[in-house]
Amino acid sequence: MNEPSVSTPSGKASLTWPGLIGRAAVIGGVLLITVVAFGYVGGWLAPQRLTPARLVNQLQANAGVFPGYRRNHAKGVCVTGYFQSNGQGQPYSDAQVFAPGRTPVVGRFAVPIGDPYGSDSSAPIRSMALRFALANGQQWRTGMNSMPVFPVTTPQAFYDLLKAQQPDPATGKPDMAKVGAFFAAHPETAAFLAWVKTAKPSASFATESYLSLNAFVFVDANGVRHPVRWRMVSEATDAAGDAGKASGTDYLDADLSQRLAQGPLRWHLLVTLANPGDPTNDATKAWPADRRDIDAGTLVLDATQPQESGPCRDINYDPLVLPAGIEASDDPLLPARSAAYATSYLRRTSEEAHLPGTATAHPQPETK
Amino acid sequence: MMNSSSTRFTLAARVLHWLMAAMILTMLFIGVGMVASVSERHDWLIRIHKPLGISILILAVVRLAVRLRHPPPPLPADLPPLQKLAALASHWLLYTLMFALPLIGWAMLSAGGYPVMLSESLRLPPIFPVSPVAFAVLRHAHAWLAILLFLTFLAHMGAALYHGLIRRDGVLSSMTGIRLRRS
Repeated sequence: MNEPSVSTPSGKASLTWPGLIGRAAVIGGVLLITVVAFGYVGGWLAPQRLTPARLVNQLQANAGVFPGYRRNHAKGVCVTGYFQSNGQGQPYSDAQVFAPGRTPVVGRFAVPIGDPYGSDSSAPIRSMALRFALANGQQWRTGMNSMPVFPVTTPQAFYDLLKAQQPDPATGKPDMAKVGAFFAAHPETAAFLAWVKTAKPSASFATESYLSLNAFVFVDANGVRHPVRWRMVSEATDAAGDAGKASGTDYLDADLSQRLAQGPLRWHLLVTLANPGDPTNDATKAWPADRRDIDAGTLVLDATQPQESGPCRDINYDPLVLPAGIEASDDPLLPARSAAYATSYLRRTSEEAHLPGTATAHPQPETK
Repeated sequence: MMNSSSTRFTLAARVLHWLMAAMILTMLFIGVGMVASVSERHDWLIRIHKPLGISILILAVVRLAVRLRHPPPPLPADLPPLQKLAALASHWLLYTLMFALPLIGWAMLSAGGYPVMLSESLRLPPIFPVSPVAFAVLRHAHAWLAILLFLTFLAHMGAALYHGLIRRDGVLSSMTGIRLRRS
């Protein structure tokens, strides 16, 4: 081989000053374009874009920061048990959880507020989150609420609602004019508002039923897709869960322990199959009541643990952690929930790890 | 003194370089894009991110083997020692990050208790015990090392263009494989 050209930078001499500057400018331009594109995609150069961080910042602005706790549904309690599938869901989804048999479950009941020390009565809604650990190593995580519809359709509207509800620093309460203006500008909230007007905080987690609200897609063994929503319907129908029976601010956990001391609690997993044309991208719209329900099995909860030390503490109930056989629908709230939960999870685990720059836990104001 | 070694990278090295360059650059944009989005992009970008990351990890193993078997062509003899050192250090940093980022991502999901799903049903085993503290540390490390990889990539691309456009010393063509005819 001849002497390689790499060692003879003979071309250098022929570069004139304008040529050199031009070439340097090309290099600088390429680097600049790359950095700007990266900054835009990463959101740093797109201050108007709704990001998971901005959504969670707004939750914190409304409720305060409670280190180590979830940024919403912060007040809760762990539960454990199993799901007993009866096989009736199997024709619609080939997820292993619907084959006849048992799947262990780690769950969490909660009150949809950001303050883990707030009153159980501060919202008329309860939530149930579940993680099914399938034998094949896949998981199904779901977070459900005891309300018939979600107030808004899109993540942006949810963010705007939170912004409207942000407490006024002067009064410590939301400005009702702003809240009213939001609802007036969002007619899709009508169904939720009609329901919430008469809703009362339940005195028990056990007597409530919990709805997925968002639509999902079941995929059967032949690859056929079935749009669905699901709900956990309580077997406990006693009146003890009625609102007004409760006193104090922390009655839900005690009620749950008391009931579990007498035996396991049961819910039926009812899966609603959509008719063609039923909206899958709008959680503010309930599907007509005549849609076909499948009773896919029974959720049996037999133990409860405090959320500070129980097995639900370190679980992010991300509704997009789904097994093969269940897929997300086109509901725009689902990816936003997934993204915001991930941000909340990172913040609270960072606080638990005492990483620099994270909020430090203050002593709990009450003994637990 | 120049020895008789080739002035170009082997074909395997060049193919791996350009394939992985496209994959890694795509991966960096997907990574910062998915964590900054609440739209359906968030979901589908994450679903590309995981299998793409594992593909990069596998190719990095192949590439390291190719690199060790076929040493790269020497840098120009007249390159200042500081630039030589920068070239050497940045290349080993790039290799380190090509391995570290996918492994940390995998370990981070394991520590967070997530099933590591590469597709609807293809699942990787966990490589780290479930621990929220480890999750937080690994998750932050994943993000900061990704930024470091992006900065290293910028330096690498800037240096390559400097060699190609300003020094015109054959370093860039040793990887592009395009050799301009000498006048």
